[in-house]
Amino acid sequence: MATFPLALTAILGKPLAYLIFLLIGFAFGFVLESSGFAHSPKLAAQFYFKDMTVLKVMFTGIIVAMVLIFASTALGWLDYRLIWVNPTYLWPGIVGGLIMGVGFIIGGFCPGTSLTALATLKLDGVFFVLGAFFGIFAFGETVETFTVWWHSSYMGRFTLPQLFGVETGWVVLGVVLMALFMFWGSEQLEKIFGGQDPKQAPKWRYYGAGALVVVALAIVMMGQPTTADRWAKIAPEKNFELDARTYQIEPIELLHTMHDHKLNLIMLDVRDEADYNMFHIMDAERISTEEIHNRIDEFIAEPANTVFVVMSNDEANATEVWKTLVAESVHNVYILGGGVNGWLDNFASDFEADFCGDVKTASNDELRYNFSAALGASCPAAYPPIEDYEEVEYSPKIQLELKRAPASGGCG
Amino acid sequence: MTTSVETPKRGQSLTNIFKRPTKGYWNPYLGGTLLGVVLFLAFFITGQGLGASGGLNRILVWVEDLVAPGHVDRTPYLIDMAGGDLNPLDSWIVMMTVGTIAGGFVSGWLRGRVKLETNKGPNISVRTRWAMAFIGGGFMGYGARLARGCTSGQALSGGAVLSVGSWAFMFAVFGGAYALAYFVRKLWY
Repeated sequence: MATFPLALTAILGKPLAYLIFLLIGFAFGFVLESSGFAHSPKLAAQFYFKDMTVLKVMFTGIIVAMVLIFASTALGWLDYRLIWVNPTYLWPGIVGGLIMGVGFIIGGFCPGTSLTALATLKLDGVFFVLGAFFGIFAFGETVETFTVWWHSSYMGRFTLPQLFGVETGWVVLGVVLMALFMFWGSEQLEKIFGGQDPKQAPKWRYYGAGALVVVALAIVMMGQPTTADRWAKIAPEKNFELDARTYQIEPIELLHTMHDHKLNLIMLDVRDEADYNMFHIMDAERISTEEIHNRIDEFIAEPANTVFVVMSNDEANATEVWKTLVAESVHNVYILGGGVNGWLDNFASDFEADFCGDVKTASNDELRYNFSAALGASCPAAYPPIEDYEEVEYSPKIQLELKRAPASGGCG
Repeated sequence: MTTSVETPKRGQSLTNIFKRPTKGYWNPYLGGTLLGVVLFLAFFITGQGLGASGGLNRILVWVEDLVAPGHVDRTPYLIDMAGGDLNPLDSWIVMMTVGTIAGGFVSGWLRGRVKLETNKGPNISVRTRWAMAFIGGGFMGYGARLARGCTSGQALSGGAVLSVGSWAFMFAVFGGAYALAYFVRKLWY
């Protein structure tokens, strides 16, 4: 798995991690001020086509960062799964954006630029920041009246490659080309409305544009890592640990985990529907192997105290699903050792015995118990009484690993 | 490296606090490239992008929590940040906001641009500019919370990592500003 991003707080401790955020903010403010963003008439000129600095700086920033990010993920240095991607709430975002557009042209700043205006003692910036405080305050006081709408049109972590159904690389290339076209258009508009001569602009911008296109093409060629690629990178280490049975927990440990209210336990039953209907552990969710891929983002977004336990009849299918989840950066994933068969070996009561004939000789990963009726979870073994098993000893294997994916973005 | 684009016309320069020679702004493509590198490093190292309105939000909630802690504890939107013993300032985004102010100051000071002044269009008074800045800021603050992010946290950061919502948001911001620009042109020209 890729090394970056880092779990900063876990590695460095809070003060040092905060220092890094302080430095990033410093660089951000420095660049904004250096580009002229503390000077409101320069920002407003964007909307009269006289000076397109806002668009140029912003879109250059976006495409440079985007190209670097997706080149890093393609090379396997950076894990896109663990990067914060703003979740999409479509309509609140659009309406909020329109309101901000109004604020931009009236007030002459956006929140980030107003901070640099404040820092350089521009009084219009100071009044803008005070106004922004008032607006934020007003929102906190009124959001309750439309909270349902504010949470509507939620699409989760939804990206442009998913929207268009194309490879990430093509979207990266498309965005770069679109931005370059906008830059060309901006320079034409500045010529007409702002009396600026594009020939005065430095020649190196053409080389920069060329370099961005070349790297974007390279991203298209490389492609983003697939689950198989991601697994291949960690396979030597993880296969060794699987052989050492590091992640296969005993049924009794799962039973104890079910009763541990400090943990958010998610049990994934990857057997077919027929077996699941015959018998499953209470609260285990049936999920097909194909469906797993659509649920990864959701699993990564679960709180840090979440433990996943994957189960099949024995261990073969569960191990395959485990590999997918681990390769896709889901944390704290375990396998029910011995599978559902093993579970029943431990916990089947007389009640289940009445419904079962002789234990079958089953091939690998088949249900050995021969149920004569579909019991589902309506039997004692689906939720064994823990009191009866308090004394059973086992070697605990579940260790909570620190979560690396950010839980909120820059606006929380 | 630092192509002088223009020497910005100053409004009422009340006091010159630091007498350093005023320098021009960076070329926008240079500024944009460095902004992109900063944004990339933020994502690469921390997994987070950049942000500004989140920091302002938490600073405000901190004040609210000092003034009316009971009210904060009863408002669901505020509890997440400052309910009970939670300190709303204990967040990376606040650090980033403080850093942004410091970075803006140092950049402005180095180039002789730290001056107590009001920048405005030629046809409005200073007081009108202040009032408009406050009103515009109010819209910005409200809109940024509604959209769950501002130009930095949504448009710039979400745009670079290809979030659909962030791109829709970005076009809405430009759309809103362009739609109104003609009607408020007196403010700027």
